Formats: sequence, C-alpha cells, structure tokens
Amino acid sequence: MSFSPGSFRTPHVHGHHYKDTEGRGFDWNLTRELLQFLEPHKKKLALGATLMLVSSGLALLTPYLIKRAIDNYIANQDLMGLTWMALFILAAYGTDFLVTWRQRYVLSEVGNDVLRDMRGRLFRHYQVLSMSYLDQHDTGSLIARMLSDVGVVNQLLSQGIISLLSDVVILVSIVTVMIIINARLALLTFTVLPVMGIAAWQFGKRARVAYRKTRAKNSELTGRLAEDLDAMRVIQAFSEEDRTSEEFDEVNQENRDAQIKATMLSSFFTPIMELLSVSATAIILWFGGRAVMDGTMTLGVIVAFLTYTSRLFQPILDLSMIFNTWQAAMAGGERIIGILKQEPEIQDPPEPRTLSSPKGHVAFEEVDFEYVSGVPVLKDVSFEIEPGRTVALVGPTGAGKTTIAQLLMRFYDVSSGSIRIDGIDIRDLEISSLREQLGVVPQEPFLFQGSLAYNIAFGNLDADRQEIIEAAKAANAHDFISRLPQGYDTKILEGSTNLSLGQRQLVCLARVILASPNILVLDEATSSVDLHTESLIQDALQQLMAGRTSLVIAHRLATVQRADTLLVIDEGRIVERGTHEELLSHDGVYAELYRTQFLSTEAIPA
Amino acid sequence: MTTMLRILSYMRSFWLSELVAYLCMLGINGIRLITPQITRVIIDVGIAEQQVEVLLQSILLLLLTILIQGVFRFGERFLTERVSQSIAYEMRNEIYRKLQDLSFRYHDRTQAGQLLSRVTSDVGHVRRVTGRLFLRLVDSIVLMVGTTVILFRMQPALAALAMSTLPFIGITVNRFIGQIHPMWHERQDRMGELTSRLEQNLEGASVVRGFAEEPAEIRRFGAENDTIYDISMDMARIRAFSRPFIVFLASIGTVIILWVGGRMVMRGVLTLGELVAFNSYVLQLVGPMRRMGFIANMLGESRASAERAFEILDAQSEVEEAPDAREMETVEGTITFEDVSFSYTEDIEVLSNISFHIAPGESVALVGPTGSGKSTIINLIPRFYDVTEGAIKVDGTDIREVTLESLRSQIGMVLQETMLFGSTIRENIAFGQPDATQKQIEEVAKAAAAHGFIQSFPEGYDTPVGERGVTLSGGQRQRIAIARALLLDPRILILDDATSSVDTETEQQIQKALQNLMKDRTSIIIAQRVSTVRNADQILVIDDGKLIAQGRHEDLLQKSGVYAEIYYRQLRPEKQRVQSSPMGGQE
Repeated sequence: MSFSPGSFRTPHVHGHHYKDTEGRGFDWNLTRELLQFLEPHKKKLALGATLMLVSSGLALLTPYLIKRAIDNYIANQDLMGLTWMALFILAAYGTDFLVTWRQRYVLSEVGNDVLRDMRGRLFRHYQVLSMSYLDQHDTGSLIARMLSDVGVVNQLLSQGIISLLSDVVILVSIVTVMIIINARLALLTFTVLPVMGIAAWQFGKRARVAYRKTRAKNSELTGRLAEDLDAMRVIQAFSEEDRTSEEFDEVNQENRDAQIKATMLSSFFTPIMELLSVSATAIILWFGGRAVMDGTMTLGVIVAFLTYTSRLFQPILDLSMIFNTWQAAMAGGERIIGILKQEPEIQDPPEPRTLSSPKGHVAFEEVDFEYVSGVPVLKDVSFEIEPGRTVALVGPTGAGKTTIAQLLMRFYDVSSGSIRIDGIDIRDLEISSLREQLGVVPQEPFLFQGSLAYNIAFGNLDADRQEIIEAAKAANAHDFISRLPQGYDTKILEGSTNLSLGQRQLVCLARVILASPNILVLDEATSSVDLHTESLIQDALQQLMAGRTSLVIAHRLATVQRADTLLVIDEGRIVERGTHEELLSHDGVYAELYRTQFLSTEAIPA
Repeated sequence: MTTMLRILSYMRSFWLSELVAYLCMLGINGIRLITPQITRVIIDVGIAEQQVEVLLQSILLLLLTILIQGVFRFGERFLTERVSQSIAYEMRNEIYRKLQDLSFRYHDRTQAGQLLSRVTSDVGHVRRVTGRLFLRLVDSIVLMVGTTVILFRMQPALAALAMSTLPFIGITVNRFIGQIHPMWHERQDRMGELTSRLEQNLEGASVVRGFAEEPAEIRRFGAENDTIYDISMDMARIRAFSRPFIVFLASIGTVIILWVGGRMVMRGVLTLGELVAFNSYVLQLVGPMRRMGFIANMLGESRASAERAFEILDAQSEVEEAPDAREMETVEGTITFEDVSFSYTEDIEVLSNISFHIAPGESVALVGPTGSGKSTIINLIPRFYDVTEGAIKVDGTDIREVTLESLRSQIGMVLQETMLFGSTIRENIAFGQPDATQKQIEEVAKAAAAHGFIQSFPEGYDTPVGERGVTLSGGQRQRIAIARALLLDPRILILDDATSSVDTETEQQIQKALQNLMKDRTSIIIAQRVSTVRNADQILVIDDGKLIAQGRHEDLLQKSGVYAEIYYRQLRPEKQRVQSSPMGGQE
C-alpha cells in the first residue's frame, strides 16, 4: 500500500579483493560444473525456492486484500467485513514474516555450506598441486581464488539463481494480476518499464567501468603505500621524502578523482529511476482517475495499482543487474574449476610402496631434467651416496645444485633417468613416505607466522617443549631465542622481519634436527649465518650428519671439505668428483675455485 | 567528543559545498513531506469530487516536485561524496608525510601492515563520517520529526495508534546491531587468519611438502574454515529473523491504519485520500528508524578508526630538527663519537660510552659478534636514531645542530637487506638523484660491477624489478645498492656488508665494487671480508655495546685477545691449505 515513490537500492557492484574480475560470457558446460556444488543441498534449495514463491505470492495478495477492504467494506460502511479483512491481512503479513524468516535462513545455510565446501576443496587441491604449478602462479592470485572468486560464484549459486527465479515469477504474476484487474490501465502503466530497463542496463554498463577503475586506483594506492612503507628507511637515508610525497600525492589524487567520478554516475541513478517510477504513478492517477470519474473503475483499483507498480520496479532493476553477477561468477567459476581440474604432475603411483626404515642408499642414474622443454638444467647426472656417507655439491650459482636436491625430494620429476633410494625408484614410493625420510634445510629459510616453538616443531608437532629446546640447542639457536623477551613463544612476524637471516637459518636447522630424518639435505644451510656462529654449529652439523646419508650444497668450500665425495657441478653436469685432497691434486676446476675463493675473498668473523 | 570535533574540523574548508548539500537534503525532506498531500488532493479532490483540472494540475505538480527532488538528490549525494573524498585525500597525504618524518624507532615498533590499514581503511571510515553518515543522521532526524508533526496534525489519535509499533522497531534494530556487530568483527578477524594461513601455506609450500605435513595443514585449515562457518551461521540466524520482523512490525501499522482509519472514513472523520496519505507517512518513518541505529553504530566505529589515524598524526618523532637547525656545508668527513650511549628501550643499553675519531678519507671496519651493536653505530650517524647520551660530530659540528636533509645528503648508505623499488633498474640506481644522465648511471653501474649483468637483460637499464619484473639475486641487489650510493658521490659512506650466498666470481666483483666505492671517502663498514679488514685504516672491535679494542689489523692481532681468537679460529685451517695448494698446483 506504499504510495510514495519508493527509494531504490543502487545496484550492487561487486568489490573484489586482489585482482579485478573481468566478465565472461555465459557458458553452459561451466554452469553445469558449478551447479555440482549445489548437488548436496538440493532439498534445502527446493525448500528455499518454495518459501520464496509463497512469500512472493503473499506480497501480491495483500495489495489486493487492501483494495477489497477499501472498495467493498469501507466504501459500503461494512465494519464487520473490514474487521475480518483487517485480521486476514494481519494473518497474511504474519505468515509472510514466518516464511521469509525461514527462507532466508535456509538459503544462508546453503550459501555458507557451499562457501565452506569450495574453500576446503581448493585448499586440499592446493596441497597436491606440484611445485612447478606453484612456481608459475603468484600467491596473491591463488589467494584471490579462495576469497573473491569463491565469493562471486557462491553469490550466483546460493542467491543469484533463486532470486532470478523469484524475480521472474513476481514480475510475471504482478503483470498478470494487473492485467486481470484492468487490462487497459495495466498496459498504459507498462509503457514505463522498457525505458526503466534500458536506463538500468545502460547505467550498469557505465557503473561497471567506473567502479572497475576505482578498484584499480585503490589497489594502486595501496600498493604504492605498501612499497613506500617497506622502503621508508631507504627514502629517509637518501632524503627523498619530498619526491616520494609528490608521487604519492599523484596516486592519491587519481584515486580521489576516480571515486568522485563513479559517485557522480551513481548519484544520477536514483533520481532518474524515481522520476520514471513517478511517471508510472502519474499515468495511473491520470487515466485511472478519469476512469473513476466515468464510473468505469473503483478507487480501490488505483490504490492497488499504485502498490503493484511500486513492487514491479525492484525486480526489473535486479534482473538488469543479474547479468553482472552472472558474468563475474562465470569468470571466477572458470578459474576455480580450472584449478580443481588441474592434475597434479607429481602423484602417488597406483600401488605405492613405503619406506619404513631405509638404510639410506641414494642413487642418481643418468638423470636429465628440464623445467621448460628444450632448456636442459641437468644432463646425465649419475652418482651414489652410500648409507651414512656425505656427498657435497659445489659449483657456481645456477649450475643446478639446488635442482638436484629438489629432484630427490620429488618436488619435480626427472625428465629421464631415475633416482633410487635403497634401490627403489622414488616414483614408485608413496610421496609422503619418501619425504618423511628426508630432511631439508633450504637456502631460503622459510618460517611460518606462528611461534618459534611451532616453527621448530613443524615437522613433528607432537614434540614437547623439552625436545624443542634440545633441538634448538643443537642448532645453536637456543642462545638467541632465550634472549628474546618471549623466548620460544615469540611470534614470527610477516616476512619474518623480527629475525635476521642467519637466525632464521638456525631455526630451520633446529626444525630438521627435531624431525630427525634418515637422509639429510643441506642446501646452503648456513650461508647467512656469520662465521663465528657457523663455527659453533659445525659440530652440531657433524653430529647430525654422522650415521645419516647427507647431501650438502655450499658456496663456502671450507664447509664441505670434510665430505666423503665432492661433486663439482657446472652447467648441469658433473665435471669433477673426488675427495677434497684428490680434487686439489687434480688441479682442475675445484682447485682453481678453491684458490680464488680463499685468496681474495674469504670472509672473516664479524 | 574531541575526536568527532577534529573529524568535523576537516569539513571547514569545504563549508560552501557542505552548506549546499545540507540545503539539498532539507529540500528533499520538504518534498517528501509534501508528496503524500498531493496524492491526497488527487484522490479526495481530483477523483472523488470529479475535478479534472485539479487532477491534471496535481499530477503535473507531482512530476515537477519529483524532478526538483531529483536535482536535490544529485546535489546532496554528489557534493557530500566529493567533500568526503577530498578530505580522505588530504588525510592520506598528511599521514604519508608524517610517516616519512617519523624516525626509525617508530617504524621499528610499528608493523607496516598496520600502518597500511590505517591509511586505507581507517581513513575510509573517517571519510564516511564526513560524507554520508553525518548527513544521514541529520536527515533521519529531520524526516522523523517532520513526519510525526504532520501525522499528529492530520489525526492525532490515529497517529498515536499507527506509530505504536515504531518503538519496537527501534528496539529490534538496536538488539540486532548489538548482536551482529561483535560477530561481524570476529568473522573478519577469522577471515584474516584464514587468509594468512593460506598465504603461509603457499609460500612455505616446499617446507610443508618437504615435511609431508599436508594432512596436518588440511586439518588446521578445515578447523578454521568450520569456525568461520559457525560464526556465519550464527549471523545468518539473527539476520534471517531481524529484517522480516521489522517489516512485519511496520505492516502492523498498516493494518491498524486500515482498520481504525477505515472506521474513521466510514464515520466521515477521515477521507480516503487522507487514509492513503497517512499510510505513506507512517511507512516513511520506518526507514529513518532503522537507519539511525546503524548510523549511531557506525559513528562509534568511525571514531575508533579516526583515533587510530590521529594517533599517527600526533606521534612524536624522536628525531627532530632543532628549530634553529642550519644547513651543513660540504664536509671533509671527520667523524667523532664522544661518549655515546644508546638504548632502544629504557632498561637495555645497546651502546655504552663509545668514543672514537675518524679522520677524513679513512676507512673503518666494525667487527664483533651479531647483536653487539655494530648496526646501531652506523644508524646513529645519519640520525636515524638519536643518541641517548654523548654526542656525534661531523667535522666538529654536533649532527643535531644541522638539518636532517643536509646531513643525510653527505652520507651514502648501503643497507643490509637491500630494498629495491618495483620500478626499473635505472630508477633504482638514480633513486637519490632522479635527474642523473644515462652516462652517469652507466658509469656508477660499471664501478659497482653491475653494468655487465644489467646489459645481459633484454631491456637493459629499463628492466623492471620485483613482482612484475626480474628477480635479482642477493649479489645483484647489493651491487645495485652500491651503484645507488656511488651516484650520490657522498663524502661519508656507510655500508652494512651482508654475507650473502654468492659464488666466487660474484664475490670478487662485489669486492672490486666496494673498493671503488670506498676510494677517497670516509667509510664505515660492518665488515665480513678479510680484505676489508686488512685494508682498513682502523678496526673497531665491538662487543656487547662496548668498544673493546681499536687499531690496525696487525696491531689488533697482537693486542686484542677477542679479535685474534675469532680471527685465528676461523682462518687457521684454511691458511694451511692456501699454502699447500699453490705448491700442489705446481707439481
């Protein structure tokens, strides 16, 4: 019975995190795949849709009842009839309330279920995707899949489809009811609708562009700021505050202007829609009013018409905007499905074998490897590590040393040849059983944003505090940790900025010590530790390596001299092999490397 | 309250726009209060009394008022948004400049992520206050008061009855906000944690896989995912109820009007048009009633945001220029530390009573275990921090007496963790001197042994660095930082030489670059290399914040037990090898 021109919700334009979502056309196959997420919730969806239809029906019924009340009872002075009708209308409103309440709850439940399910599935799939996939995709975009793409797809699945249904049903029924009540007045009123549809459509198109720009400018602003905050020390050291301020001001201004422009657009929208809606009101009042004067129509019809038209506009606006939801969901859905369909390159074999207590014999047999086809990284690499022995890899940066370690972990699969542990090809092993036997201290020490204790115990989360401290002591990390105000409970900050690179390496070392693997891989494990500290952990390393098969990579030749065998790698090949003494007397690459390194640049304690 | 006043004070310079916006708002409300009267006239006079002329005029009047209202609406919305965007822009610039003035001590304490969210989202919240929020508050009050007055003047008894459900709407809204609000925050926090967990999981993928911890990670992620689900469902329970309930309460008003008002129409006390208008007015009250609750809540939120933003603006920089600071002329390069003590926090002294003197052109190596205070010493010279006691003098002038810029322009720095900007290599080298010519840039790049690898990129000096460009190795980054410092041609050079894992050839190149860099300058270096120490004019041995020995390499070997001990323990075995290996080679 609303009479005043209703206010219109400005169409919702999605705000995405991270990267902007470009729209994508409709794709039936993709839609079908996305609909599978709704499969387990079919019953609830049906219930939700039914309730929505009931509530729409009630919403149509009440104006009609009010019309009856006015025309039949108030006009005829029938108090009894009016009272009954009032009670009936109250009951209709009450039912509508209960139905809407239930319907909203059911659909929210479906939506949240779908969200949880999609997030969980994506996360589980991320865990099995190969390292090469992760290398090629930046973390930000994988996170965006989980946040914004999942959000827009869910919006379509759990709300979009049903509200599309309900909008269409409402639209059709209102139009029908109006035509039944008075066909001529109805058709006259409907002349406004196409104009409204076109206006909303045009607005939607422009708004999309404008809001996309505001998001782009906004993330530019954020990115700029993040970088400058990172670089604050450099900026101050070089006294470049004025210049960076000017540059920031520029980005800041562009952001403001984009926002204002988008606002201008949406500020136009509401007045125009209101004007159109009041035009419909004017048509009803003029033609309807004349008809009432002629006696061909009752006043109740006008009141009912006014109410019906006011309810007609929102579905039209929603429908003109659902295209946006649909487009965004298609684009997001395509990316999600794309990831879920991505077959992991490294997989467990059909009948995986397990390594229960390996002796630790490692063999590389004629291993070739390339990340990108045509660009060989390793060529014909063959070597063996006897159980308990240590092999060291030396050679220039980019020679392929780290790749050898990663192949052993089966982060990548060899292009040809094979890698065997205790004679078993690692591709025949269960991946987790292989990796549990191996312990790696990586070149880039990575710490999680948990406590130090959590980080040390990462490979062995059942470890108690005493074991953690023992491992930290062995890695010579205990001293610096106990000097921190919160000791082992110190939280690692984002980017591990609260620890030096050397300290991070020590924590990684403690982590491996605690995991106590059978085979040890040290990839530049102590490259960032100062020499003073390095000398302190040499003993710990020796102890750790004693009795374990070890593969050690180092630039500082001093640290690998004691290895049983040294392999000199250059351009993906093993060019020399032997003990330190053998290689020196051989006077080849290694001897040369050794002399230049020591004579000119060997570091001193700092 | 003072916070709110301070927010509003930003609006002062836009008073004209604000005035027009508020006038538009009043105009809109005026029209809203009139239109139901127009429809009443249409029904009661135009239709019921069969006056076609009145009908036509009233309809045209209705269209005209809506047109005018449209203009007002546009003016109101556009102007307030423009003002608020301009205020946000001003605040962001203000905060940005302030952040640049704040000393290292402030940035040490504060996480970049927090500062980022203050500049982006907190300022955004403050913007809301200066924009729509405050306007809507006034708007809602005006509309409610106006409508109520009209309703009571039309038909007091019916008005009282029809409005009887409004207080319940108010209560429902308040309870809704009270319940949903903390949940919303909780969910935001949890989403943040979930995102951060995912980010960690992806960035540490090799560790997770290396330790075969995927099942545990999936469990932990699942638990957090479930928590978010539970919170969302708690919210859904409340949401599903509130909105329909409010609509229901408003509908009861309609039924009352129909029944009580209908009887009045029968008795002739009320016309049918008045009845319809009455209902429009009552429905018009529901919106503001709901809105005020949300606005009050958001105002509270925004105040907290504003407080966080103002906290930055009000922060005192520990390093501040003296009011009478003068420009420092080009210096010779004498550096004197006089009884310098320093502590980051009150109770822990990092440096105690350090005194030394460096003559112009001398090179000084700082040596000592990690955490001994070496980095602190070099950070004090450009006044990134101020000494707690004592004084630092450059060419005999206390550095606190000159302007920061004139002091820092004398000093070139190569910091430990080389920070490069996400622009091109050229811009990174020319950072301290953006108008440098290509020739100058190439020269310093050659001196820094960086020209070679830069040339090897297809785009040469225009190669973008960072996320959208090439990933440079630690050694390459260090050489670009050296080139950057060289371009400034500073009198004083400060260098934190990180041990980075580079191969022998690169080591030699960096070594050469460093020698070029140190030539003819006063240089202070946290040393990691033998040659630096051997060639240094002075070595300062720092231990536990104290200067425990100083001198040349040969003297220190004799004089300082600490120095000798570390030196020999590290190098003795290799020294023997060196002597044996060339002989081996000659065989």
